[in-house]
Amino acid sequence: MSFKTSYFKTIFWPRFRQNRFAMAGAFVVAGLFLLSFLAPFITPCDPSAIDAYHVLLPPSPDHWMGTDELGRDVFTRIVYGARISLKVGFVAVGIAIAIGTVVGLLSGYYGGWMDSILMRFVDIMLCFPTFFLILAVIALLEPSIWYIMLIIGITGWMGVARLVRAEVLSIKERDYITAARSIGASNVRIIFRHILPNAAAPVFVAATLGVAGAILTESALSFLGIGVQPPTPSWGNILTSGKDYLEFAWWLSLFPGLAILVTVLAYNLLGEGIRDALDPRLQR
Amino acid sequence: MITYLIKRILMLIPLMFGITLITFAVIHLAPGEPVDMQTAMNPKVSAEARQKMREFYGLDQPLHVQYVSWLGRMARLDFGRSFAPDNRPVTDKIVERIPVTLSLNIIALILEFGLAIPIGILAAVRRDTILDKGITVFVFLGFAIPTFWLALLLMYFFGVKLAWLPISGLHSLGSDQLGPIAWFWDLAKHLILPVGIATFGSLAGLSRYMRSTMLEVIRQDYITTARAKGLSERVVIFRHALRNALLPVVTLLGFSLPGLIGGSVIFETIFAIPGMGQLFYTGVMSRDYPLVMGILVIGAFLTLIGNLLADICYSFADPRIRHGRA
Repeated sequence: MSFKTSYFKTIFWPRFRQNRFAMAGAFVVAGLFLLSFLAPFITPCDPSAIDAYHVLLPPSPDHWMGTDELGRDVFTRIVYGARISLKVGFVAVGIAIAIGTVVGLLSGYYGGWMDSILMRFVDIMLCFPTFFLILAVIALLEPSIWYIMLIIGITGWMGVARLVRAEVLSIKERDYITAARSIGASNVRIIFRHILPNAAAPVFVAATLGVAGAILTESALSFLGIGVQPPTPSWGNILTSGKDYLEFAWWLSLFPGLAILVTVLAYNLLGEGIRDALDPRLQR
Repeated sequence: MITYLIKRILMLIPLMFGITLITFAVIHLAPGEPVDMQTAMNPKVSAEARQKMREFYGLDQPLHVQYVSWLGRMARLDFGRSFAPDNRPVTDKIVERIPVTLSLNIIALILEFGLAIPIGILAAVRRDTILDKGITVFVFLGFAIPTFWLALLLMYFFGVKLAWLPISGLHSLGSDQLGPIAWFWDLAKHLILPVGIATFGSLAGLSRYMRSTMLEVIRQDYITTARAKGLSERVVIFRHALRNALLPVVTLLGFSLPGLIGGSVIFETIFAIPGMGQLFYTGVMSRDYPLVMGILVIGAFLTLIGNLLADICYSFADPRIRHGRA
């Protein structure tokens, strides 16, 4: 354990800190967490409070980002929308990472027919246009945030599986695995104690980048009206009304889109920064 | 070469089976009978149509029997009839939409590769200059911008504010009365925004990838050798490096297909383009069950064919593959 802490302190952190873009990404991500947890303290309004007398107002000191077609404060809805995108990002990626890691470990460690079957399954899953698959499943179920997270996760694990498999294939040939086996360690112990921790770094990077992808997918689904359902605010479904009132209310389109842009950018910068800090040879 | 092709095509068969199995599983994922679910959601479906559906799917039979008979119908490209009021065969509805989506995507694909390859080369060759940094910023923005948002912004600017470009459909009203040149110009104006958006969607990733494969190749010994021989930089880059750097990019051609087809849902819906994506979206919204399943299977098959084509291109470019040595 002490080795790991010292690795973090002496190698990873100094490298990561020098990367200004990665630090900026980390700050934005931290800020988004704060925003989500402290939403009621940051904005005094209720995100679903309808005000028929203040409909489609442009940005002003009272409403920093204007109001929507029902007179709701756009800034408030964007702050609460951060909660949704955070939740979707982490749960969906958690599911994808869990499935992908298990499949990759089994396939890489045991090889043989298990590997063939699992990897063919990955190939098949990759044939479906993911967005079509997600839409088809949602067509069968009621649109709800839980289904959305589940489906984004279930359709997004294939890359992780291939990544983990490749890592396992190279790790299992190392001497310390042979050493562990020679002293009689069980397969389960070798996988969880020796292989998994050494394959964790690239998975962590993939997860960070995956959060960005999941947030984009959720916002696209919500924009099309099959994601997070109103009145729950999500950046995607605010943009839906942005589209309907495009000619009269630019602020309904501009701000939620910027929120998505900044968030996704931050996760991407953070992920790339972590990757570069973990392994400078990969820096391109 | 021929043995390679035959092997490659034989490998498609298990994949096709897999695709149909997963689609079949998706059908039966819904709680209760798909038909009940369908009819409960859609009051427009008559009792008669419901009975037809039940017979069509053979829902009184065990699952494996259902799967085999479904497979048999699919082999004849029979996906049943749409639930929409027109009640037409799903296959007809899809087939008339495929050309629009495919040609849009092919134009986008050509533009994408045509732009991404030079951008990637430029960034790699002028590594760490202002130009490279500028391209990197563009790439990161490209990764992070939601395409549907960009579509909205461009519609607002060019369609609403400046009124330069039309923002929906493929033709203006009464365009069939125009002469061929004016007709084509009208079509082109309608295509600029949607094709631009579709191209932009994957431009960032592709040019980044091109840059990194190019950097990888430039580091190789044979590039150093070529330079040591005194060849001009132009020859080194275009004759020696580019050829090798292009190889991995060719495989991406196949892999980018599902993304493009999936993405067509978004831009076809926004720009009201009568393609497969829009058809799929309407199908999803009205729970037009046979239509959704039909498009899912056809979309996956198109991807499979795209992958096959990419592999064939790759084997032409890289002799190691077709002689089975890689």
